[in-house]
Amino acid sequence: MKTFVPRDEEEIAQLVRAALGNAAPLDIIGSGSRRGLGRPSDAQTCISTSGLTGVIYYEPSELVLAAHSGTPLSLITRLLEQHDQELAFEPIDHGPLFGNPRGAGTIGGLFAVNASGPRRIKTGAARDHLLGFRAVSGRGEIFQSGGRVMKNVTGYDMSKLMTGSYGTFGIFSEVTLKVMPKAQTGLTLLIIGLDEEEAVRQMTQMSGLGYEISGFAHLPPLQSGFSSPAPQELAGKPLTALRLEGSETSVTARREELVSSLAAKGRRVEVLEAVNSRNFWEDLRDGTPFGGTKEQIWRISSAPANGALLVADLLARNVPVRCRYYDWAGGLIWLAVAAAGDAHAPAIHAVVDSHGGHATLIRASREVRAAVPVFHPQPPALAALTQRIRHSFDPELILNRGRIRDDL
Amino acid sequence: MSISMPEPETEILRNRNRLIRRLRRILPDGNVIGEETQMRVYECDGLLMYRQLPLVVVLPETVGQVSMVMALADEMNVKVVPRGAGTSLSGGALPLADGILLVMSKFSRILEIDYPNRCVKVQPGVTNLAVTRAVEHEGFYYAPDPSSQIACSIGGNVGENAGGVHCLKYGLTTNNILGLEIVLMDGQVLRLGGKHLDSELYDVMGLMTGSEGLLGVITEITLRILPKPQTISALLLGFASIEAGADCVASIISAGIIPGGLEMMDNLAVRAAEEFQACGYPCDAEALIVCELDGAASEVERLIEGVSRIARNHGAGFIKIAENEEQRLQFWAGRKNAFPAVGAIGPDYLCMDGTIPRNQIGHVLKQIQNLASKYALRCANVFHAGDGNLHPLILYDANKPGDLDKAEAFGADILRLCVEVGGVLTGEHGVGVEKRDLMSTMFSGTDLKQQQRVKCAFDPAHRLNPGKVFPTLHRCAELGKMHVQRGKLPFPDIPRF
Repeated sequence: MKTFVPRDEEEIAQLVRAALGNAAPLDIIGSGSRRGLGRPSDAQTCISTSGLTGVIYYEPSELVLAAHSGTPLSLITRLLEQHDQELAFEPIDHGPLFGNPRGAGTIGGLFAVNASGPRRIKTGAARDHLLGFRAVSGRGEIFQSGGRVMKNVTGYDMSKLMTGSYGTFGIFSEVTLKVMPKAQTGLTLLIIGLDEEEAVRQMTQMSGLGYEISGFAHLPPLQSGFSSPAPQELAGKPLTALRLEGSETSVTARREELVSSLAAKGRRVEVLEAVNSRNFWEDLRDGTPFGGTKEQIWRISSAPANGALLVADLLARNVPVRCRYYDWAGGLIWLAVAAAGDAHAPAIHAVVDSHGGHATLIRASREVRAAVPVFHPQPPALAALTQRIRHSFDPELILNRGRIRDDL
Repeated sequence: MSISMPEPETEILRNRNRLIRRLRRILPDGNVIGEETQMRVYECDGLLMYRQLPLVVVLPETVGQVSMVMALADEMNVKVVPRGAGTSLSGGALPLADGILLVMSKFSRILEIDYPNRCVKVQPGVTNLAVTRAVEHEGFYYAPDPSSQIACSIGGNVGENAGGVHCLKYGLTTNNILGLEIVLMDGQVLRLGGKHLDSELYDVMGLMTGSEGLLGVITEITLRILPKPQTISALLLGFASIEAGADCVASIISAGIIPGGLEMMDNLAVRAAEEFQACGYPCDAEALIVCELDGAASEVERLIEGVSRIARNHGAGFIKIAENEEQRLQFWAGRKNAFPAVGAIGPDYLCMDGTIPRNQIGHVLKQIQNLASKYALRCANVFHAGDGNLHPLILYDANKPGDLDKAEAFGADILRLCVEVGGVLTGEHGVGVEKRDLMSTMFSGTDLKQQQRVKCAFDPAHRLNPGKVFPTLHRCAELGKMHVQRGKLPFPDIPRF
């Protein structure tokens, strides 16, 4: 495969137009760190945005940053840290899941896959933080949408459409995003010994109270071979994690209230302080417990209160679940299943459909990802609309053809 | 009245009676309104200077009826304009002489309240405030709160991606919805999202939000509700200059404080508000900030201290902290009633809605003052300072010949200025009819064509709300054309590895 590294958006546009002329589909990557997501490709030519780097502007008091799409995420994170700011949606780093080191992604790639972590439940997803962009469409045209301000209804919200489209509408050249102040401190309360149903009930109830909890996760005891993000002495027990972040004053006050309210209910609670808390959530965010294993990994988004029932239904249908944990108060299920040619997709889709939501196959071999719907199948009318929207940007399916569905 | 709508199609006008007969087969007689006197109430929305009688008004009651009306319109090639509560300030629901006005006011039920999943399923005609009213006894609320929240409908909020005073911290409509049911122009019913987060593939729900009724008709919405903060307090901060107020806003945010609400008013707006309803505003302040802080009690205390200190450093001559809930609401009453208050000193006003980078506030307000003297019109400024969303209220007299034209020209100058400094034409009111012809100040022809191609994916014959948002209508077939040079085009000299 030939990989081109254009230096600016005009060069990207030239490459796309040339590809259109040759009817040769293009793979689109940033650094390539998330290439394992989606369906495999047999394109012979690839465009990497890694040659378009640099922060265009960053104004901390405006909470806004614009960068060329190939800018390493690690560079942006460091810059934001210097001003006590961050990307509030906690971008997932897919390195550990695919057996690679952390820190390799680009800012453009992040928005292309809409990868949001545990705090998504409180502060929104990547899609809620993209204010505007410039891109090259599958027609080889440079276009832009949105702006650099938070409130904007001028024209369609194409930023939403572009985020999570896996490069099938256009190749980002610039992104403008909303950044937020970073919490001064954080800690995690671990409730010990709840079963899954009880844990989900506890989390959804807590999410309706004014404690401003910024992470709700539940880890059933992990099977051997899977690495727990919790300290060793707790690793074998069911853990329900509640994260508090903010100023010292606020975190201390809420911690006291929560601990005494949980103690009154007879719950056993341990506390992970500062760095332990941070590591714990980073591991959950990135699917680290599944790193280095052979299982196929699914990520299921469903109504939080249904989380445990959904898993129970999967087990009842004999889906060989090797390991699972819950994020987003039960609304996100990370699932490791014994590898199979169909990745157990029919059973998983059927169960998820009965509860509402969607399942995404995020780790499996090339062959399996080529054969199985990686993204949740849509009803016919929506599938047809999806196809028409795709064609409106890229009528020849020149960009990432087949990456998200065989007809797209 | 400088903006013209597409010429009515004679073919459609000729078929009016046949259309009405067929609509009466879908809907009960009373829900199809064709008499001029009865249609009069629907001739405009909140953008009062643009008026047009629709071809016919229909009031469906079920999704099935909406679907059948759309399919019929599609079959007979008739245009459709959807309408919620009719509070749009940009003319988004302005009827067309050759279009069905599809009024969603009968969709007024709250369908489900689901506390464990923190969401509420509503029909689009439910008002914004009614959602909070329905859940507040359990300690919840719905965050977006446009100032028309008593009257505006959730369906309209989705159509315009409505904001309000709490956006900086809690987001706009688009950040607070989980699911939609929509009906496409051909009558197909689609469900997007649900009670879960994020989309399985493309974010069509995100695209629908703020699409101003051009892509589909919204028939059901699942909204996310939030638990009320433990403590809420507010401060009033008065400054001797707009610049000092604007600098204070920047410093608050630079200090890592994200207030629940951060609003600013200029002197004319402050005086109008205080005159309208006494709420303790300092009438001599050139800039007044209303700052709301929420969170755990001890945290709010800390934040109040922090904000007061920052305000003092910026020379605030007036600092007042709400002593109780009643006073907090009083602080807000002036801001929330600012539009009618300015209306009262009017006699008429035009409300603009540009958004600018926050650091341009001082510069833009000075330019607005210069424009005010150029046009010899007064302008009061109310804005969401936290997110840079300006609402200049241009005062004019509709009975004075030429005054409206002057006000519109003034408004257009303000919006051009917003774009010039890196901002946008509209923050939350929508483009509609009002700002349609200014779209090219922000977008290139290529940008606009790509947006219209997306519209073609939903509505290939441009039957749904045409004449809004886009200054020029292109046929979808023409937009779809692509000139590809086949054959051996050499790849240009670009580094490769």
